[in-house]
Amino acid sequence: MIQTSDLVPVLPEIFIALAGLALLMLGVFRKEDSTKSVSVLVILAFGAAMVLVSSLGAERLTAFNGLFVADRFAGFAKGLVLVASAIALAMSLPYLEREKIGRFEYPVLVLFATLGMMMMISANDFIALYLGLELQSLSLYVLAAYNRDNAKATEAGLKYFVLGSLASGLLLYGISLLYGFAGTTSFEGLANLFAGGHEHPVKPNMGVIAGLVFVLAGLSFKVSAVPFHMWAPDVYEGAPTPVTSFFAVAPKIAALCLLTRVMTGPFADLVEQWRQVVTFIAIGSMFVGAFAAVVQTNIKRLMAYSSIGHVGFVLVGIAAGSTLGIQGVLIYLAIYLFMNVGVFAVVLSMRQKGRLVEGIDDLAGLSKTHPMMAFVMAVLMFSMAGVPPLAGFWGKFYVFMAAVEAGQFTLAIIGLLSSVVSAYYYLRIIKVMYFDEPVEAFDKPVGASMSLVMAVSTIVILAFTLIPAPLVTSAKAAAQVLFPAAG
Amino acid sequence: MFEIGLSHYLAVAAILFTLGVMGIFLNRKNVIIIMMSIELMLLAVNINFVAFSSYLNDLVGQVFTMFILTVAAAEAAIGLAIVVVFFRNRGSIAVEEISQLKG
Repeated sequence: MIQTSDLVPVLPEIFIALAGLALLMLGVFRKEDSTKSVSVLVILAFGAAMVLVSSLGAERLTAFNGLFVADRFAGFAKGLVLVASAIALAMSLPYLEREKIGRFEYPVLVLFATLGMMMMISANDFIALYLGLELQSLSLYVLAAYNRDNAKATEAGLKYFVLGSLASGLLLYGISLLYGFAGTTSFEGLANLFAGGHEHPVKPNMGVIAGLVFVLAGLSFKVSAVPFHMWAPDVYEGAPTPVTSFFAVAPKIAALCLLTRVMTGPFADLVEQWRQVVTFIAIGSMFVGAFAAVVQTNIKRLMAYSSIGHVGFVLVGIAAGSTLGIQGVLIYLAIYLFMNVGVFAVVLSMRQKGRLVEGIDDLAGLSKTHPMMAFVMAVLMFSMAGVPPLAGFWGKFYVFMAAVEAGQFTLAIIGLLSSVVSAYYYLRIIKVMYFDEPVEAFDKPVGASMSLVMAVSTIVILAFTLIPAPLVTSAKAAAQVLFPAAG
Repeated sequence: MFEIGLSHYLAVAAILFTLGVMGIFLNRKNVIIIMMSIELMLLAVNINFVAFSSYLNDLVGQVFTMFILTVAAAEAAIGLAIVVVFFRNRGSIAVEEISQLKG
């Protein structure tokens, strides 16, 4: 029997799911266009879910016979995802109204995608992992093709769908091998087996290793890590810009947190086996992120390669496989969130005569026409490049420190080198904004929600150096729950 | 007599899975074939799960199969919907036509 008290850890997810169903009904039965009211209600629902998540407290709770877990790590990650989704939705509203593609399904799809991400973060069994991941992915496929009269958007949706399904197939095949050779799909069960705390301890045989590699391949597709990154630039460019700004942040955070939990949970004792794979993926992502972005002329494609690079840096923290590494991962993800939403707020404000432009050249002379916007962009670009004392530097600092502490010197050195290369294209944007002659000014005004997002992200990036304590301590507390033995 | 054991099921599933992956990458003609290849991959996984489930005397594998079947149906529905809007914009679903975005 399921007691109602068993459902307490799932309360935020149940609330979001019910809100989604209710808002679908509201959207259908309202006669006039209800995009705006539904969006506002979805953002409020995210706020309420945030309160529910934080009210769960610090102890580790499980639900549904151990398929679902709510702990500090999940709380931290869900907080990031909810903030990212709410900001992305708020930034979408003006765009949807202007382009006249506002339909109430948009906010509802964002809500269901977010529900899927929360399920992924809290998954404690491969069945729960798969269901959360698919709920998220299916909503995202539709969102990518959301502008259905646009050839580029539908092509992006199609590509994302085909490659995303391929990734799900790889992941499932890996899970089936793990199930067959280890006999369980539960994270705790697997962890016990590999730790030897079981009556028949399983030696990591070929079947388990093959399954682990397939699972890693499927998950690296979802986080767009090299060599499974090729969908990202196309989808980022083709999808409507507000959808891109959503793709770049929330699903990345959720999938990286999921990867962290899978690697440090069930496979904690196979670290020697997966570390080389993760190291390879991290190095590849950092290099592709740095070198392929140099030749880009479209800012959305550039952001795609930049996000591939950032995923590489986050994977350095995961490869370290220590509390310090995971703490670095969480700090990096939080900073990445604010840098990216800030940049996309600027990208969404790049309009000339009512039309959205996407070229990097279109930013020329921004410092003369929109000095504040240019300043925001400059701060964010310096931060992404990792220039001290901005927040982006500290994100890299924590993951590289963890890598050095874990003895992964090569990884740290390669990371530093690719970080230097990537600084080139971040600084090129600043050069275009400050030293090139203006071509055509962007439309004014940029809108209240954009200005607010730009202001908040810049303040967070600037303030992190002065007051790092709240983020650093909560990330540390969240990372410690994944390593109960060390804590 | 020749007995069909676990390894035979696994071999069939591995072959089907490989065919599915190859179908996605080597197919130069039609998006519908890609959708069929995706379905083939998921069904290969299902064979794996059911075979292991019977071998291990453990029901979790069969429960997982039910979930995969359900999700695959939803996935096919969404995939076909995306193919339809793509066709409306381009008038074709040939794989060579998916080339506006160069990666």
